[in-house]
Amino acid sequence: MKLQIRDVSRDFVTGEGEVVHALEGVSLEVGERECVCILGPSGCGKTTLLRIVAGLDQPTSGSVFIDAHRIDKPCPKLVMIFQEYSLFPWRTVRENIAFGLEIQGVPKEQVAGPVERYLGLVGLADFGGHYPYELSGGMRQRVAVARALAIEPEVLLMDEPFGALDAQTRNVMQRELLRLREKTQKTILFVTHSVDEAVFLADRIVVLTRRPGKIREIVPVTHCAHPRDRTCREFVEIRRHVLDLISEGRGDAAAGPDG
Amino acid sequence: MRLPRPLLRFLLPLLILVAWAVASHLIANPYILPTIASVLEVLLHPFQDILGSGSLVENALISIGRVALGFLLGALVAVPLGILMGRSEDTKTFCDSTIELLRPVPPLAWVPLALAWFGIGLSSIVFIIFIGAFFPILLNTIDGVRGVKRTWVEAAATLGAQERQILVRVILPGALPTIWTGLRVGFGIAWMCVVAAEMLPGTTSGLGYLILYAYNFGQMQVILAGMVVIGLIGLSIDYLFKEVEGRKFGWRELER
Repeated sequence: MKLQIRDVSRDFVTGEGEVVHALEGVSLEVGERECVCILGPSGCGKTTLLRIVAGLDQPTSGSVFIDAHRIDKPCPKLVMIFQEYSLFPWRTVRENIAFGLEIQGVPKEQVAGPVERYLGLVGLADFGGHYPYELSGGMRQRVAVARALAIEPEVLLMDEPFGALDAQTRNVMQRELLRLREKTQKTILFVTHSVDEAVFLADRIVVLTRRPGKIREIVPVTHCAHPRDRTCREFVEIRRHVLDLISEGRGDAAAGPDG
Repeated sequence: MRLPRPLLRFLLPLLILVAWAVASHLIANPYILPTIASVLEVLLHPFQDILGSGSLVENALISIGRVALGFLLGALVAVPLGILMGRSEDTKTFCDSTIELLRPVPPLAWVPLALAWFGIGLSSIVFIIFIGAFFPILLNTIDGVRGVKRTWVEAAATLGAQERQILVRVILPGALPTIWTGLRVGFGIAWMCVVAAEMLPGTTSGLGYLILYAYNFGQMQVILAGMVVIGLIGLSIDYLFKEVEGRKFGWRELER
């Protein structure tokens, strides 16, 4: 599997007829089982980029390929996990996880097995019959991850999935994600505005510039082994380097630590 | 001193009954205000023929049948149209001005037109009910569909759902609580319309007919008994709608 983003640009036309360049000439290759974090200040087009990869938005120019297949609409090989809670509130946790399989026409008796498996994998075996509103924010995102994994995609596209969680839960979820990645060997493209989160999770960090979003630098983190210690020297060095990249783009060198 | 809630609930009806009893005794004219006993007498014999125009139950069933017919027709047109208008901005713009113009016209203003088009009889009555039920169902359906969160639709799309699957498995269930509210309100209005429509010339059955007919014979106790039955049926059906709402669509209130 190879995911290729080729020279993608995206312009928006505002209500006043002004043209805004959200993304400009972004090219990126994501390999099998890689975890790539896209990092940038808010409004840099990182979510737009992810939505284009997911097939939910179209680039103004350029294209995205998964292997030889060009993405122009949502494709079950790539599943997006959203920042807002995207669970269907009228379905129980179990029914939410089953959604993608039902859509594919998998017979009912063959749905239960995978659903229970993924329910267990995200640590919610006892909550299958609950409704989303009965769950905490972290638990809801676990269900969203299980629902995505259930259709066995090749790539998980995650749009600040832990952005709405408190710091404590957020750290737990980051470790959980790494554990799930270890188990399922999925490729992950992860959008965040938290430097700390990116350095903790990523094999490579793609730093975008302020609008129009262009790739400023791709920072490899592979030499820093998992589980990463947020206080170790390599971690802190990469973090400082990435912070510098971002604050240069912002034009103020004295940027405080972000995330 | 405060009264307990259940007592408070029944206090006003009780006061009205007392006032009625006193007033009917003082007025002592059954053509203006009959006694409670005479109204109860009618209510307690619901299967007894009244002045040769059928019993309370018979006429109530006829009214319910008519309202069901008009209401179902209304829902059958309003829900799909509402979904279409909620989904497509073009369709909405296309229909909006017409609907906004027709909506404030009371269903009863359609009566002359109904009589001209369908003549005296069931079709006219059903048409009036249809008009009454149509607008609340349509407007709530549009609202419900537009209120479906974009994230739900996109989550479904990214999980592989096609346009039709999104409609059936996301838009419909997501909008259903609001559509249900529309059905409840629509039914309430339809029920008011049936009683009024049954007072049209040429109608010879139904609760509306019964109370107007009773008036011609000066049977006040029948009029009041009929009104009580009309109120009770409306109340019961509204209760049923609310019951289903609470059980099936509780998530709407809790999802915040």
